[in-house]
Amino acid sequence: MTGNPASKNAVSTTNACKLCTPLGASLAFKGVEGAVPFLHGSQGCATYMRRYIISHFREPIDIASSALGEKHAVYGGGPNLKKGILNVMKKYSPSLVGVASTCLTETIGDDMGLILHEFRNDFGDLDLPDVVHVSTPSYQGTHSDGFNRAVHALVDQLADPEAAKSERVALFPGMVSPADIRLLKDIFREYGLTPTVLPDISETLDGPALEDYEPVASGGTPVSEIKALSGAAASVEFGSCLPKDSAGLCLEKRFGIENDRLRIPLGIRGADALHDVLCELSGLECMPRRYKLERGRLVDAYVDGHKYVFGKRAVVYGEENLVVALTAFLAEIGVQPVLVGTGAEGKGIAASIEAACEGVLPELPLVREGVDFHDIAEEAETMSPELVLGNSKGQRYARAWNAPLIRVGFPIHDRFGGQRLKTVSYEGTQELYDRIVNALIEKKQSDSPVGWGYI
Amino acid sequence: MHGPVGCAAYTWDIRGALSSGRELHRLSFTTDLREKDIIFGGEPKLEAALMELIERHEPKAAFVYSTCIVGLIGDDLEAVCRKVADKTGIPVLPVQSEGFKGSKREGYLAACNAMFRLVGTADVSDIPELSVNIFGDFNIAGETWIIKEYLERMGLTVVASVTGDGRVDDLRRSHGASLNMVQCSGATLDLAKMIEEKYGKPHCRVSWLGIEDMADSLYKVAEFFADKDPEIMARTTELVRSELEGILPGLARYRKDLEGKKAAVYVGGAFKAFSLIKSFRHLGMEVAVVGSQTGTAEDYAELAEVTDPGTIIVDDANPLELQEFIKEKDVDVFVGGVKERPIAFKLGVGFCDHNHERKIPLEGFVGMLNFAKEVHASVMSPVWNFVPRREKRHRNAGKECSHDR
Ligand code: SF4
Ligand code: SF4
Repeated sequence: MTGNPASKNAVSTTNACKLCTPLGASLAFKGVEGAVPFLHGSQGCATYMRRYIISHFREPIDIASSALGEKHAVYGGGPNLKKGILNVMKKYSPSLVGVASTCLTETIGDDMGLILHEFRNDFGDLDLPDVVHVSTPSYQGTHSDGFNRAVHALVDQLADPEAAKSERVALFPGMVSPADIRLLKDIFREYGLTPTVLPDISETLDGPALEDYEPVASGGTPVSEIKALSGAAASVEFGSCLPKDSAGLCLEKRFGIENDRLRIPLGIRGADALHDVLCELSGLECMPRRYKLERGRLVDAYVDGHKYVFGKRAVVYGEENLVVALTAFLAEIGVQPVLVGTGAEGKGIAASIEAACEGVLPELPLVREGVDFHDIAEEAETMSPELVLGNSKGQRYARAWNAPLIRVGFPIHDRFGGQRLKTVSYEGTQELYDRIVNALIEKKQSDSPVGWGYI
Repeated sequence: MHGPVGCAAYTWDIRGALSSGRELHRLSFTTDLREKDIIFGGEPKLEAALMELIERHEPKAAFVYSTCIVGLIGDDLEAVCRKVADKTGIPVLPVQSEGFKGSKREGYLAACNAMFRLVGTADVSDIPELSVNIFGDFNIAGETWIIKEYLERMGLTVVASVTGDGRVDDLRRSHGASLNMVQCSGATLDLAKMIEEKYGKPHCRVSWLGIEDMADSLYKVAEFFADKDPEIMARTTELVRSELEGILPGLARYRKDLEGKKAAVYVGGAFKAFSLIKSFRHLGMEVAVVGSQTGTAEDYAELAEVTDPGTIIVDDANPLELQEFIKEKDVDVFVGGVKERPIAFKLGVGFCDHNHERKIPLEGFVGMLNFAKEVHASVMSPVWNFVPRREKRHRNAGKECSHDR
């Protein structure tokens, strides 16, 4: 079932199931070495997004802003943007400034490309950082679009057509956790591949305790590596609903680099697809023994746990690429996804889910795009959900349904360690699977008057 | 919130403000403006959204916030609100809160202007002389209730609390209260002034944080009513005495551990800094670094006076400077704003704050005990042994080695 004619989204939005576009762009820029995200707009947008991101990662994060006032909105924000970048240079000595527009500057029609061109001319005598800009009005799209557009902008605006050919493989992992990125880098290396992961938030958004304050957290994809991506041997990007102008396709189109687009590699089939690609890229005949063992243990766990999860009715919500991967995973462990909700629209989500669940899920879930939590709740009311997967924002609904919420994605504001949750490859899948089984066991245990000590 | 999705999303249910009734404040309503609304105007969507939400939730009034974009595309908020008010029969009040129009202060003023339209629209004949409004408290973790209980024990009637656990019906008759007590943050100071001007009801500034300020505030209120109720002072003194009696043994227990530990205080206003210095004294702690972002020259002179010699006094410091001071004084706990928390933690310093996300009441006398508990939980934790700035004392782990690339 992919669209219920009876369902209509309300005009008003209550508890949105999406965040705004520049937030995603800021997250992506945070994964570049020495980069400072910069919002061209009012101060309030930057302040709020920064706080929101901090609450998830629990790391010091700055987002600069051109802090436009009312009169700038009338006369154009160019001067403030230039001044703002100079300030950022003074305060942070960044190697890159990632400028994202906001609703305000898009509406007044500021041409960031032009303003930045002027900026480079005006201040050419200074040692300027690289400045990448991306158009991210929130009245179009969601944080997920902002993230993808920023990654695309980084590649498109920085890749050096003259770069030498290299053996590097580009990896565009999308919005996965810092722990996922660490894991992915290990996996690539285990195959003998040298990845350039963009963005690489593994250290910038999950760093160690420090003795001395760092104005910009260390780690991240070096700008020089982004510039050299045009010479990469291949690229891999995660996301079932990525746009046509994704970073991977940009490399393919402009530099003839072969791109593999994969679903976020969650679940056995998802992880298999990744490992197949890695075998191909590395020339290995089959995956290294340690992954065979991981895979084998995962299958073993699927078997050991199958009865706890079978037939449970699940609601899944969040950003589009994640919900597709989660639904595909639930389908293969015998959970019945009944409802998939996302604030994103027009990305072929239902078709992606259908394709991802082919052969393992007899009855497809209802897929609702462009919804808020009010719509999701209304839809779920008659579905008696027994399991919920998504970010923290659905907590009150899961609680009302008396169903355990397995927190995945962004933001996780009501649990500890969201930045360390893993979802990719066999290892990440194992972690998620264990969490799901345990949540169901715990529910059974605490609901039971006996309180079984042996389940 | 009339605007694109983000403006509303980031404030959804992040505060610890409690309600004794419905919990509409925990939902986030927005028009989620899209491109076509930006081009053709957002008024029709706003109207439809308001009608839908008012029908769904049947509120007593609706406040409609404008965002930067709305200011820009020129939607006539006032007109839409009037139309919806006529159709639904409830007050629908525009709050002109475009972010680019200024700072938080302007936002406060916009909200006060909107709320003031409700004031004076209900009968106040049954409000007793001994009555007050609690302004500028958000009922974080039930703090307003704590204060309210004190006031009632003093013999006062609380007419309205704004905005913590606030009610439209109370606001309508808030001009009937004899005195408006305005908490120092200033969010509702404008409202108090408007009421004073139009209805002649005076206001006084109060603070519910820390033992001294708490007691002083209650005495101030008691004094105000002393000629109308000669007994009120005695009741207040008794209240303060019994409350203190209740918390002192607990404080003493924490003090035993905390004696001689060091704190750094870096907060918004100087007023709060003073109050924190006093609080730390009760815990036997030294404030080794103190500063505020908005302090005046006078404030700093006064800070120098009340602190111990050797205390570092900072004005508007950047994180690098703050770090130097914290290191130099080897402080055990840092009190700052939300901004400073991740920095403090990253550098391995304990942290306490008074932000609106908190789920523990810090106001009132019992709040002092909670504050002590918070400080204690941070200062006494053994985890600081492992953070880089202290680890070197224990072992040579910080040594650079060839593996660090
Ligand atoms: S657009 Fe304006 S109203 Fe919205 S968050 Fe930004 S500053 Fe605030
Ligand atoms: S104006 Fe746009 S970018 Fe800024 S917070 Fe609102 S929705 Fe987000």
